[in-house]
Amino acid sequence: MLDAAWIIPALPAASFVAILLFGRRLGGGGAFLGIGAVAAALGASLMAVVEWVHRVDDAATEHGLGTLAVFGKGLLGAEAEHAAVKPVVHAVTWWESGPWVLRVGTHVDGLTVMMLVVVTVISLVVHVYSTAYMHGDERYTYFYAALSLFTASMLLLVVAENTLQLLVGWELVGLCSFMLIGHWWEEKPNTNAAIKAFLTTRTGDIGLLVGVILTGVMVEQATGRFSFGILATNEAALSGRVGETLLTVTAACLLLGIIGKSGQFPLHTWLPDAMAGPTPVSALIHAATMVVAGVYLGARVYPVFWEGFAIASGGINPMAAVGAITIVIGALLAFVQNDIKKVLAYSTISQLGYMVMGLGVGAWVGAVFHLFTHAFFKALLFLGAGSISHSGSHHSFDMRKDMGGLRHHMPVTFWTFLIGSAALAGIFPLAGFWSKDDILATAGQSGYELFMVVGIVGAILTASYMTRCVYLTFFGTYRGHGHPHESPPAITGPLVVLAALSVVAGFANAAAFGIEKFVEYVEPTVAFPKVLVPDFDVTLAVISVGLALASIGVAAYLWFQREELGPFAGLTRRSAPARAGYTFLVNKYYLDALYEDGIVAGIRGPLARAAYRLNQRVIDGIVNAVGRGTAVAGRLTYRYVDQGAVDAALNGLADETGALGGLLRRLQSGRLPRYALAVVAGVVLLGAGLVLIRI
Amino acid sequence: MVAQNVTFWVLAVVMVAAAIGVVRTGNVVHAALYLVVVLAGVAAQFILLAAEFVAWVQVLIYIGAVVILFLFGIMLTRAPMRHETPLDNDQRLPAALAAGALGVLLVTAVLDAFRGREIDFTSRTGPTPTAEVAQSIFRTFVVPFEVVSVLLLAALIGAIVLARRD
Amino acid sequence: MPLTQFLVLAAILFAVGAYGVLARRNGVLVLMSIELMLNAVTLNLVAFSAQLDEVAGQVFALFVITIAAAEVGVGLAIVLLLYRNLRTPDLDAVDQLKG
Repeated sequence: MLDAAWIIPALPAASFVAILLFGRRLGGGGAFLGIGAVAAALGASLMAVVEWVHRVDDAATEHGLGTLAVFGKGLLGAEAEHAAVKPVVHAVTWWESGPWVLRVGTHVDGLTVMMLVVVTVISLVVHVYSTAYMHGDERYTYFYAALSLFTASMLLLVVAENTLQLLVGWELVGLCSFMLIGHWWEEKPNTNAAIKAFLTTRTGDIGLLVGVILTGVMVEQATGRFSFGILATNEAALSGRVGETLLTVTAACLLLGIIGKSGQFPLHTWLPDAMAGPTPVSALIHAATMVVAGVYLGARVYPVFWEGFAIASGGINPMAAVGAITIVIGALLAFVQNDIKKVLAYSTISQLGYMVMGLGVGAWVGAVFHLFTHAFFKALLFLGAGSISHSGSHHSFDMRKDMGGLRHHMPVTFWTFLIGSAALAGIFPLAGFWSKDDILATAGQSGYELFMVVGIVGAILTASYMTRCVYLTFFGTYRGHGHPHESPPAITGPLVVLAALSVVAGFANAAAFGIEKFVEYVEPTVAFPKVLVPDFDVTLAVISVGLALASIGVAAYLWFQREELGPFAGLTRRSAPARAGYTFLVNKYYLDALYEDGIVAGIRGPLARAAYRLNQRVIDGIVNAVGRGTAVAGRLTYRYVDQGAVDAALNGLADETGALGGLLRRLQSGRLPRYALAVVAGVVLLGAGLVLIRI
Repeated sequence: MVAQNVTFWVLAVVMVAAAIGVVRTGNVVHAALYLVVVLAGVAAQFILLAAEFVAWVQVLIYIGAVVILFLFGIMLTRAPMRHETPLDNDQRLPAALAAGALGVLLVTAVLDAFRGREIDFTSRTGPTPTAEVAQSIFRTFVVPFEVVSVLLLAALIGAIVLARRD
Repeated sequence: MPLTQFLVLAAILFAVGAYGVLARRNGVLVLMSIELMLNAVTLNLVAFSAQLDEVAGQVFALFVITIAAAEVGVGLAIVLLLYRNLRTPDLDAVDQLKG
C-alpha cells in the first residue's frame, strides 16, 4: 500500500463521481457509496500504517540499533538515534517544458500515514453520523457527494508528492468547504458565511501561491534543477545553499497561507461564521481536517520554517507569535458566546494556535501529535453539539435559550461530551493532556519560556470556558421548547467511538510512560532538522493539570453553586470597564468591523466610485469617439469609395456586358435564313482555308 | 466529239440561266417551271455521259414527281401568284457573296484537282447497260438499297403524320 | 470530253442553289433551291462514273435521287405545317428561337 498509496484518494474520488451520477437512484440516496469508499480508504490507510511501521522497524534492525531504538528513549532523556528511513515516493510527470517538470504522485512517510488515518477515521465517523443527522434533507445525495469529494481532496493533499499538488488539494478542500458551509443556501446568512470563508482563506492563499513558487526557486538555487517536490524542498532548505532572505521570505509566505486556512489571527474571522453549515461538516472540516491542512503544510515542509525563522535559536519568531496570539484571543472569545458551536469554533481557533505555536517553538512532534488528538476530541464535541441540536434543543444551538439540564435526557451525549471537554482541557490521562504537554515542555526546554507561559494561560482559559459550556448545556433546568431525548444509534455510536479514541489516543506518545510512537514512526528521518524531543517534565505537567483543575473548580463554583457567576453577576451593568471589555469581546475585537466596514467598504466605496468615473469619462469617452470616428469613416467610404468608384466600375461593367449581350443577341435572331447564311459562310471560310493551305 | 461538246455547252448555258431564274424570279410558279428546265438539262447531260438509266429515272422521278409535289406545295401554301410580295429576304447581298465565294472556291478546287482529265468514250460501245446498273445495285450495293427503301418508308410515314389535319 | 467542264457546271449550279437557299423567303422556293444543289451533286457523281468507267457512280446517283424525293416529301410536309401555324409560308416568320 505504500507504493500504491494513490488508491487511497482515488476511492473517495470514485465514490464522488458515482454518487453524483447514480446517487439519487440508489436506495439510501448514495450514502452507502460514500461510507463504503471511506471505509475502504480507512482500511487501506491502516494497511499503510502497518507497512510503514514494518519499514521503520526493518531499517532499525538493519542498522543494528536494537532494542534501544525500538522502544524509544524511555525516562532517561537521551535522544535516540533513528535509522534514516526514506519516505516512499512515486510520481509521474504530467507536463514538461524545458526546465519545468510538473509531477503528480505520492510521498508516503510516517506523517502521511498518520494523517491518512486521521482523515479517514473522522470522515467515516461523520459519514455514518450524517445518515441520521441529515436524514430527510433535500440535498442529501449532494451532501454525500461533497463529503466524498472533500475526503478525496484532503487525502490528495496529504499524500502530495510536491507542493504544487498540495496546493491543488488545498484549493479543492477550500472549494468543498465553500460548498458545504453553504449547504442550506436558501438562507442568506449561510451563503454569506460560505463566501466569507472562501475569500478569507483566499487572502491567505496568495501567500501560499507565492510560497509554493518560491520553494521551486529554492530547489533550483540549491540543486540547479527546478522541482516542486517536497523531498527536494526539504533537502534544499537544509542544504545551506539557499540564501537566508529567500528562506525567510518563503517561510513568511507559506505562513500567510497557514494563517488563512488554519484560522490564525488575523484571518480567523471566517471560522465562527462557518458554523452556519451542517454540524457534521463543522466536525469534519472545521475541526479535524481542513483547518489542520495549514498545520500539515507547516509540518510537511518544516525545514523551510526551521531555517527561515531560525526556530532553533529560541527567543521569538513570527510563527510562534502568531500561534500564541491566536491561543489567547480564541480562548477569550469563547467565553462570550451563547451559541455552542461558536464556542467550539473559537476553541478550535485556540487549539490551532497551539499547533502553530508548537511548530514555531520547534515542537514538531508535539504539534503533530496535538493535531492527531485534537481531531478526535474536537470532532467528538462538535458531533455532540449536533446530537443536542438534533434531539435536545429542537434544532437550536443557543445554550442560554434552548438548552439546560440535558444530562438527564441525553446520558450518552452527556458523558461523551464531558470526556471530550476534559480531553480538550488537558486533564491527565486523556489525550489532550499528552499532546499539549509535549508542546509546553518543548517550549520550555528550547528557550521559548514566554510561549510556554502563554500555553499554560491558554489551558486555564480552555478549562474555564468549557466548564461554562458544559454547565449551560447539561446542568440546571431545561429552558427549551422541544422534547429532549437521546439521539439514535447512528449519532451516538460515533460519539462513543470518538470518546474512546479521546481516551486512548494519547497513549500513542505518552512520554511519561516511555511510549513515543510518534517520535519513532511519525517524525521524519530524512531531510529533517534535529528537533528537540522533550524530556517529560513532571513539574510542568503537575502545574498545568493543577491549574486546569483549579480553573474548572472556580468556574464550577461560580456557575454551578452560585447560579450564574455569583458575585460577578451583573458586573457589566455596574462597571464600565467590565462592560467595555465585554462589548469588545462580543464584537470579536471589532476585527469583523475592521474587515468588512473598513477595508472592504473602503475599497468598495471610493475606489469603486473612482473606477466608475474613470470608466464613464475616460474609457467610455474613448470608445464613443472611436465609434463616432468609425461612423464618419463609414459615411465617407460609402459616398466616395463605394458609390463613386466601386459602383461606377460595377455599373460600367454591367453596362458593357449588356451592350455586348445586345450585340451577341443579334446572332440569336431565331431566323432560319440567318442561320443558314452563317452555316454557308462558315463552310466557305473553312474550305478556303483548307484550299489555301494545300496550295 | 465536236457535236458532244457543242451540245454540252448549249445545255450548260441554258441550265445556268434557268437556275438563276429559279432563284431570282418573282413568281413562284415560274420558279417551278425554271426548275423543270434545269432538271431536264441535267437529264440530257446524263445521256451525254452515257448514263441512260439514270437519265430516265431523273426525268421520271424529279420532273414527274418532285416538281408536281412542289406545285401542290405552292398551291397548299397559297403562295402569291403575282408580284405582290417580294420573294427574297433581306440578306440577298450577303447571300450572293457567300454563294459566290462558295462557287469560286469550288471551281478553283475542281480545276486545280482535275485539270486535264478526259472522259474517254472510245472503249465503250454504247450507253451503260441497265443490267449492269441493276447488277451493281442488287449485288454490291444491296444493303444501301434496302436502307434507302426503309428511308423512303420512313419519309413517307413521316410526311403523312406531319401533314395530317387533326 | 474534258471532265472539268462537267464539274465546273456542277459547281456553278451548286453555288446558285446555295444562293437560293439563303436568299429566298418562301419555304417552297428554298426547297427548290435545295433540289438544285442535289442535282449538281448527281451530275458530279455521274461525270466521275463516266470518267472512271465505274457504274457505282450511277448507282449512287440513283440513291441520291431517291433520297432527294423523300426529303422533298418531308420538307413540304413541314412547310405545310408551318403554313398552318403561322398563316404564311414566309420563313422569316419562323423566329420562335429568337434570343
